[in-house]
Amino acid sequence: MLALIIAVIIIGAWPALSSHDSIAFITDKSWYPLEGQFGMLSMLLASVLVMIIAILLAAPIGIMCAIFIAYIAPARIQKGYRFAIALLAGMPSVVLGLWGLTVLVPLINKWSPPGQSLLLAGIVLCIMILPTVTLTSLAAFKSLPETLQHATSALGIRQHVQIVNVLIPAASAAIISGVLLAMARALGETMVVLMVAGNVVQFPTGLLEPVRTLTANIALEMAYATDLHRASLFVSGLILTVLVLVMMLIASKIKSDNHYG
Amino acid sequence: MAERLFQAGIWCAALLVLMVLFWLVQGLLDQGLAKLSVDFLFSQPQNAGRDGGISSILVATLLILAVTLLVALPLGLASAVWLAEFTATHNFWARKVRLALDVMAGVPSIVFGLFGYAFFSLFLGMGFSILSGGLTLACMILPVFIRTCEIGLRSVNNSWRQGAAALGMPKIKAVWFILLPAALPAISAGLILGIGRATAETAALMFTSGYVDRMPGSVMDSGRALSVHIYDLSMNVTGGDAAAQASALILLMIIMVLNMLAYAITDLWLGRRVLNGFAN
Repeated sequence: MLALIIAVIIIGAWPALSSHDSIAFITDKSWYPLEGQFGMLSMLLASVLVMIIAILLAAPIGIMCAIFIAYIAPARIQKGYRFAIALLAGMPSVVLGLWGLTVLVPLINKWSPPGQSLLLAGIVLCIMILPTVTLTSLAAFKSLPETLQHATSALGIRQHVQIVNVLIPAASAAIISGVLLAMARALGETMVVLMVAGNVVQFPTGLLEPVRTLTANIALEMAYATDLHRASLFVSGLILTVLVLVMMLIASKIKSDNHYG
Repeated sequence: MAERLFQAGIWCAALLVLMVLFWLVQGLLDQGLAKLSVDFLFSQPQNAGRDGGISSILVATLLILAVTLLVALPLGLASAVWLAEFTATHNFWARKVRLALDVMAGVPSIVFGLFGYAFFSLFLGMGFSILSGGLTLACMILPVFIRTCEIGLRSVNNSWRQGAAALGMPKIKAVWFILLPAALPAISAGLILGIGRATAETAALMFTSGYVDRMPGSVMDSGRALSVHIYDLSMNVTGGDAAAQASALILLMIIMVLNMLAYAITDLWLGRRVLNGFAN
């Protein structure tokens, strides 16, 4: 099944990989499909940058939320808060995109037009992947042996020192693999960036510039692309898949190597 | 002092996330609620979706989900039974299949869309149709569904298997009459989560089931799913925001109900496992 999917994608990409000089995907100046220019570097860079912004925001906040649920929150709040995070996790990405487009874009537009931008895409994506980070880190904290907490409490170590110096390091492998999973999700996400990133093909020069990511490019141009153009869209799909797969494999490797997995 | 600061920081982060969630829901309610009515649910979209309702869209969404389920349910169950009951845990092929499934679960949905477009729509000649959309979604939700079913089957108490074997039941009958019913809560929870994921999906459907917002006549017709409708209204139709938000509210409600069902069933199942443990 997986082999079939990858095979179909590679067959789709073949005309571009074989006839076109494959280095041209990087060296071509930009993405002008009608003139035979298929430089994907700007879009690849945009994809990666959006992902980095999202994870830089989501990782600390997400882990803090997990600590909140696991150690700080009173029992009654804990359950309700967990439900809220689950609700956020179930939020369809197209709904998040809609919210970004109708609520956040006008807001940023007032400050720095056009509003649809690299930064905004990162922020909305951050909201999308935050529950992933929180839920995986929460699972990591829960799977730690309770003796760890009891022993440190018995030594008279205060709670924040306990959490920062003992519990987080003990759970770090699982947390990191969760963060990697969230990064993979952010990189593969289409709808949010399609709706709020602005979709202008250019090298991102500032946080408030509109950009177009690889996923959004596929979604926008697949409908009318033909021949080499179509094939190069398949190439970008292939690049995305490989990137995501590498991250997933690293994540599962880290997870299987650690003690408390 | 440091203790206080630490706690305050954590509380702040937690509150921030909660506020964003409220802001999100409030933003949708703001414009969407006025548009929402019984009429909206049961009338056809008019004027590219600005007016009228979403009846044909709902029908198309349900048809796509029906196709997805018809394919994913038997295929997923069969694979899970094979993985859990008919192969050793460390069997070479079983391990390869498991790895492939885990990897597939992480493939971006737009890539599934590309695959569905190239394979179902063009190669198998189904065109833009509800059928190819449903099949694409089935491919997308299968990995997670198979893995949850497998875990469900594995957690069935071993004495049930031994009991069935002691009574001389053929393995296939033991699976059908004892193990599958015992794992049913896990299976249905996995299924509901899969349906939720499929309902929320947009990118994989854009090039497989198409954009046509007429009432679909058969599964070979193109039909527009609810999530694609939201996307189209907000991006391509000026003045469609209110209708988009009303549709988003409907979608959100469907998904919330599905998620709550899944959680309730999982709770039930966990409770039962504890009981099973006590019985021994």
